[in-house]
Amino acid sequence: MSIAGSAQVHDSAIGHVTGSAQYVDDLEPSKDQLHVAIGQATIAHGAMVSMDLTDVRSSDGVVDVMTFADLPHESDIGPVFKGDPLLVDEIIEFMGQPVFVVAARSHRQARQAVLKAKINYSESAPQLDLAQSIEQSFFVRPAHRMQRGTSADALAASAHRLQGEIHIGGQEHFYLEGQVARARPEEEGGITVWSSNQNPTETQHLLAHVLGVPMHRVNVIVRRMGGGFGGKETHATACAAFSALFAQRQGVSVSCRLSRRDDMVMTGKRHGFLNRYDVGFDNDGRISGIEYVLAGQCGNSPDLSDAIVDRAMFHCDNAYYLPDVTIDGLRCKTHTVSNTAFRGFGGPQGMMAMEAVIDAIAFHLGKDPLEVRRHNFYGKTTRNITPYHQKVETFTVPELFDQLEKSSEYQARRSAIREFNRSNTVMKKGIAMTPVKFGISFTVKHLNQAGALIHIYSDGSVQLNHGGTEMGQGLMVKVQQIAAQELGMSLERIAVMATRTDKVPNTSATAASSGTDLNGMAALKAAKTLRERLENYLMTRHDVDASGITFSNDSVTIVSGDDKSIVYTWPELADAAYRDRIQLSATGYYQTPKIYYDRAEARGQPFYYFANGAAVSEVQIDTLTGETQLLRTDILQDVGTSINPAIDKGQIEGGFIQGAGWLTHEELCWDDKGRLTTDGPATYKIPAISDMPHEFYVELLKDSPNEEATIFHSKAVGEPPLMLAMSVFAAIRDAIASLANYSVCPVLNAPATPEEVLRVCTLMIERSTECDTSNNESRR
Amino acid sequence: MIRFLLDQELVELDHTTPDLTVLDWLRIHRHRTGTKEGCGSGDCGACTVVVVSVGKSPTGESRLEHHAINSCITFVGALHGKQLLTVESLATHDVLHPVQQCMVDEHGSQCGFCTPGFVMSLYALYQRPEDTTTLKASVEQALGGNLCRCTGYRPIIQAAERALDIRALAIDASVTGGSSEKDNALMSTLQSLNEEPARIIGFYQPDSLPAFANYLVDNPDARILAGGTDLALEVTQQMRELPSIVSLNAVAELKKTVVTDTYVELGAAVTLTDCMQLLQGWIPGAHELLLRFGSDQVRNQGTVGGNIGSASPIGDLPPLLIALDATITVQRSDQTRTLALQDHYLGYRQTTLQLGEFIHSVHIPLPAPTSHFSVHKISKRCDDDISSVCLAIHLPIKDGVVHDCRLAFGGMAATPVRATKAEGALNGKPLSQTSVNAAKQAIAQELTPMSDARASATYRSQVAANLIQRVLLEVQSV
Repeated sequence: MSIAGSAQVHDSAIGHVTGSAQYVDDLEPSKDQLHVAIGQATIAHGAMVSMDLTDVRSSDGVVDVMTFADLPHESDIGPVFKGDPLLVDEIIEFMGQPVFVVAARSHRQARQAVLKAKINYSESAPQLDLAQSIEQSFFVRPAHRMQRGTSADALAASAHRLQGEIHIGGQEHFYLEGQVARARPEEEGGITVWSSNQNPTETQHLLAHVLGVPMHRVNVIVRRMGGGFGGKETHATACAAFSALFAQRQGVSVSCRLSRRDDMVMTGKRHGFLNRYDVGFDNDGRISGIEYVLAGQCGNSPDLSDAIVDRAMFHCDNAYYLPDVTIDGLRCKTHTVSNTAFRGFGGPQGMMAMEAVIDAIAFHLGKDPLEVRRHNFYGKTTRNITPYHQKVETFTVPELFDQLEKSSEYQARRSAIREFNRSNTVMKKGIAMTPVKFGISFTVKHLNQAGALIHIYSDGSVQLNHGGTEMGQGLMVKVQQIAAQELGMSLERIAVMATRTDKVPNTSATAASSGTDLNGMAALKAAKTLRERLENYLMTRHDVDASGITFSNDSVTIVSGDDKSIVYTWPELADAAYRDRIQLSATGYYQTPKIYYDRAEARGQPFYYFANGAAVSEVQIDTLTGETQLLRTDILQDVGTSINPAIDKGQIEGGFIQGAGWLTHEELCWDDKGRLTTDGPATYKIPAISDMPHEFYVELLKDSPNEEATIFHSKAVGEPPLMLAMSVFAAIRDAIASLANYSVCPVLNAPATPEEVLRVCTLMIERSTECDTSNNESRR
Repeated sequence: MIRFLLDQELVELDHTTPDLTVLDWLRIHRHRTGTKEGCGSGDCGACTVVVVSVGKSPTGESRLEHHAINSCITFVGALHGKQLLTVESLATHDVLHPVQQCMVDEHGSQCGFCTPGFVMSLYALYQRPEDTTTLKASVEQALGGNLCRCTGYRPIIQAAERALDIRALAIDASVTGGSSEKDNALMSTLQSLNEEPARIIGFYQPDSLPAFANYLVDNPDARILAGGTDLALEVTQQMRELPSIVSLNAVAELKKTVVTDTYVELGAAVTLTDCMQLLQGWIPGAHELLLRFGSDQVRNQGTVGGNIGSASPIGDLPPLLIALDATITVQRSDQTRTLALQDHYLGYRQTTLQLGEFIHSVHIPLPAPTSHFSVHKISKRCDDDISSVCLAIHLPIKDGVVHDCRLAFGGMAATPVRATKAEGALNGKPLSQTSVNAAKQAIAQELTPMSDARASATYRSQVAANLIQRVLLEVQSV
């Protein structure tokens, strides 16, 4: 069996289970190390009138305090647009915004000290409501439109027409390791920062500005994160900057680690959305025209919101052809923490709107939503152009649906559920099958590049470096497998190295599901270069051609003309090549082909290909309490030719459960002052062990290599499975719809907490009673 | 001196702050960093460690007991006379423990940050004395307090089941029964550590009831440490300092349990884990309720007295106990008084407890076999979540008529409360849709819950009424 394609365990698995895998806060503390805590605004909006930090400065263990006035150079760490001040100068934009920072001898002393600040504010009324922001056009960035055809005409000519809206809540990342960084001052104004960070280059770049040094003086190191999920793409920079600034001021190592509460209050989350639609369709439920307004709650600053709302717009077709379509994307401002990247990056919120539309159509026409979904799938040869004018290729959703409908026994179970619901008054079941089509590539073109650096040492051992970061997704072992495959080496020979900005420069965030696609390809190119060099060397040395040289089984075999074979172990080959002055180090570089996008025209091919999947979920709801149980989920995901089926399956299962959490019991709540009231795991409930489906079947689509020339023809798997959880949400809709005999589509908002489910159940029961009464009357 | 074992090493602490947590001691003082901080509030399990202590088997023999606890909300004093094991303790000479090996083989870790906690919870499960079938059925219970954000749990469950298979094989292969010599040696070491009660400046764990009672009279400002799962949050979340702590965990009288046909009596220091096992079979629904009370880690530390004494309006034991007309005995010095639990609560987090007083025990009359008794907990998440509404209902039914019923709610007021008007609506009548409707209306009148992050007032009121409906359905279905 080849190494690529096999179910290798995570490269750090033994470190994980023994506790020896080091995270940033586990690094040996240095002498005189200081610890940072962040003083936070206690109002959501207004101006700071005065700040008295006397008691903070005199608090036990406090060594240094910084306010806005102490920031020596750049004070804004907005990644794309300005708007994210490290420390507030005057105007407060959200409750929890950093207003000063403390460095103390211990983490506890620092946290105790920040509570002693006396700050006076002149308070203004905060804008906290997304619907109001829409109404008042209170935006962090201008609205943007995508359009194909003439939706207004199509809607006017439609046989049926429905309007509706869906509220979709945000989501806290709840990576188990909170935001953390440690900085060590270096000579000549330099700094080394260990950071739990998906985007070391961006942090390097911003730190250079904040510290007033060239990028070459800043080295950012990431060995692993205890989870990222997008939350450490831009929001890791603040901790890195505070620790670096204090390190520079004090000349000692400084650690900045957020407590769980601080992390939840001060760092961004998934965007909540309010999505409105107006859809026209025919008697079969086939969409003829649609208009969307997708409004993302961006919080107080742009951060990555332009791209996130764009991705929602790119995905509000999900797997369906929209003949005449207009999509307006709004970037709404509220006085809450700035929302940021989260697995799916807006895509899930766009797709949720589309699936709500499909269900609305199906219940309106009295059809099985599965049938309506099929009617609207993108075609292979016609009906295959997206709203942004990209032709849909690599589209396997119809095959996935066919296989999954059979393997999950969808039809038989649907009939059984209808029967169950007829004979049970309190418990109601529902089932739904939903697809995922997710565009793969950064929609900002220049980010689609990656670099790698491989060293072979003279003993035949190898170091593998690339720009991707490990957050648990198994990127490192996959890239290790790719390099091992190319060099015919055992995995053990290749050491996975920390991601460092001094090894591979100008890298992109490990995000957009692109980690393996980009870095795997860059590593492959580096490995190929080394292999070719060694091949050329051996060809000369043994006077054979390339066909006589085989790199496999952790050695290199040369078969000469007289069929005599010579075997080199790697130590032998590396030593020989070194002595013959062959360069044993190589870089690899990759840029994604084919992609281009004209945003002004909203037209192009922003995605190299699409990742596809499908899921069926069955739920049971309790109509007295609104509690939901997930009874069974079947998933079929197309990962192309898998580089590591075990890792891929882990991404699918984990992504699905994370999505199910988002859509069911993960609820973010703010009070009317703008205070986040779900600021810890006691109130914010991510899925626990018994939230797993009672029955859970996950399969990879067989024999489905990516038609595009991706790394070993695999497909990205990081984000797409999260959206498979839409099947759970649609199944809850199906269960609630039974209360009114499936005659109307329940208008269910996300998350479908017990409270939300009970609210909609109550509405449905009232509606059904009204229907019964009017039917009786008409019969009379 | 606080004396305990870290693995085989004797640790003696004489100069430490009384509110130092085990997690900070490990990570900061010992730089033993395998144990992680995920939340600092006992809600995620990343900091799970195992504490080994000398306990008693059902037949009364001394044996070693392994309990998973959250080290982030445990003070070091609680380790006195015990052995502390962490994720670093398990592998020997580079050979992984079966729970570790199975986690590797089954791809049970992704980012790995929660993994040490899972490994320790699994290790505690692995060390339990029950048979394989029982333990396999307990996997979800054992891991209910460990959050993983990456895997979706399926591979971890698989790893647990495989590790338990390996355990079964190992037990089959071992010829000797009973405790091994190594276990006996450890037991006698631990017993010798316990000869002197734990005492340092600011922390005292007396080993007799008079010593405890007198200390509390002399030091009325000392904070009583029972399980500490609530108390420690003042330190880790509110950044307060607790300069004086007195622990009741070494007082044998406060761990006493009595079970008869008509009542159960539990000492204040009985853990929720022990309480859960004791009540099973005696009070319908109590075991199921306690299974959803915190997590194994919390139940292993949290106590009956602590849950009653913290007087939270959303604690799960008080509704259960009030519905059963439980009484508590409160002690000060050598004086005791007994009162109905429902009368103990005066207002939000306010009780009748005076300075120097402590809860000694709770006396729980068991429901008559002819009574309907049930408990209903509603929360956003099934595992390790706090109730938005909790209802315990005791419906004695004689000749088809309800008499002296008791409905006790959590989450519906500033304290755990009885719904006396609703009780009145049900008493003296057969249970029917008519009487249930009247009870629902009464609840709407007498209980005005609040809105918070767990649920709105509207939801709480609606669910409270619907739960009465559920009781009717339950009674009708019998």
